[in-house]
Amino acid sequence: MIHVQNLVKTFGSLTAVDHISFDVRDGEIFAFLGPNGAGKTTTIQMLTTLLRPSGGSIAIDGLDPVHRQREVRKRFGIVFQDPTLDVDLTACENMELHGVLYHVPRRARAERIQSLLTLFELWDKRNKKVKEFSGGMKRRLEIARGLLHTPRILFLDEPTLGLDPQSRNQLWTHVRHLNQTEGVTVFLTTHYMDEAERVAQRIAIIDHGRIVALGSPDELKAQTETDSLEAAFLALTGSTIRDEAADAGADRMRQMARMWRR
Amino acid sequence: MSVIYILWLREVKKYLRSRPQILASLGQPLMYLLALGFGLGPVFQKSGQGSYLQFIAPGVIGMSILFTSMFSGVGLLWDRQFGFLKETLVAPVSRLQIMAGRTLGGATVALIQGALVLVVCLIAGFRPHTWAAVPLAVGFMMLIAVVFAALGTAIGSALRDMQGFQLTMNFLVMPIFFLSGALFPLSNLPKALAVVTSIDPLSYGIDGLRGALIDRSHFGLSADLAVLGLIAACFIALGAWRFSKIQV
Repeated sequence: MIHVQNLVKTFGSLTAVDHISFDVRDGEIFAFLGPNGAGKTTTIQMLTTLLRPSGGSIAIDGLDPVHRQREVRKRFGIVFQDPTLDVDLTACENMELHGVLYHVPRRARAERIQSLLTLFELWDKRNKKVKEFSGGMKRRLEIARGLLHTPRILFLDEPTLGLDPQSRNQLWTHVRHLNQTEGVTVFLTTHYMDEAERVAQRIAIIDHGRIVALGSPDELKAQTETDSLEAAFLALTGSTIRDEAADAGADRMRQMARMWRR
Repeated sequence: MSVIYILWLREVKKYLRSRPQILASLGQPLMYLLALGFGLGPVFQKSGQGSYLQFIAPGVIGMSILFTSMFSGVGLLWDRQFGFLKETLVAPVSRLQIMAGRTLGGATVALIQGALVLVVCLIAGFRPHTWAAVPLAVGFMMLIAVVFAALGTAIGSALRDMQGFQLTMNFLVMPIFFLSGALFPLSNLPKALAVVTSIDPLSYGIDGLRGALIDRSHFGLSADLAVLGLIAACFIALGAWRFSKIQV
């Protein structure tokens, strides 16, 4: 379903993704596990047409995201690391907007919105503005929205960041359910080891832009002679702490936005 | 087409839902209208220019359209910061459609705001020289709205933070307003000011509004129409080009 060969992305002198190759099979749940700044999000951005690779090749369902941008975009749904809902619109309006953007025919749109919102336990709240939703509800809505146009692949970029254990648990239950019933291929990134181990059939561990290990959770443990995925992860990536630049701007911006009429 | 429509609808819905803010944003034009309109009225009258309230009303309408449309264009910045922009940019639709939907939505919102201010002006005592001129005035209001919504989109595409937003508001929008002849007649100005006012796009919008509503025009209605149309085309092209360059 996803075929990546020698993929490279450089930003000036920095090599964010350094010659990685992997395949994701049809119907599989595949996890990218890595410390902060390892190149997970950069890889997702290249797979989802948002960034042009500096080298190497990608095939999404057999199509090249650089040259067949629009067809590729129809084939995947994505949940970004940061929320991308319009909080001034209702849950239903957010879904409707997405359906129009992805050219889902009107009748199919209405049916699918109802079934997805029901599945994600949001149907009762469909006419509430998203700003009244909790973090977990927003995440669920984003995943439901990402599935609205029946994509072949669902990309989830750290979807459980900042959620409580209950919401995380519920979210993964839904994702697995959809993977089984609709056969949607799931590509996810996370740095929660337990999640990757529970949900994913295969895991690629990425560090400094390179894939340092790839296999099922059991294979990874056997390879590093450790008894937990966390130990395997630390054995492969070392225990130095990676600092990531914080985005302090957003909070101040929200305040300004309120002041300025929006 | 449906993509443009749904993005247009989003802008309009968001505007109509913020009722307290709609009322609040009528405060500033009302202030200009009452304080300046009645305050400077006697002086204006003595210099033989007629009623200042009549003169300033089209200027105040133009002002509120300028502010609202620029604001909604630059509002791209909020959408970028709060993530929604990404949702539209990763969809299988062209950037041009997204830009068109947003810009038309912003222009529509500004037009509604302008119409509200027109009603406020009428309540304050403003009277057009003939009611038949109102459709032409609405045409000019539309043009002003499109020109500045497109300019706002062009600027919003390049903005990354609040500082840029404040800079735009203080050093672009305010000068456009004050140098447009919204508050003073364009005739017999000092040379430098005359040059500056004649390169300000809003001058032509307000002059057109004034021509339509109180039959008093500096450049002439057809010149206003031609210049505004040309500027609108340029700014739409500029906005579309800048928007197509946005990196997620």
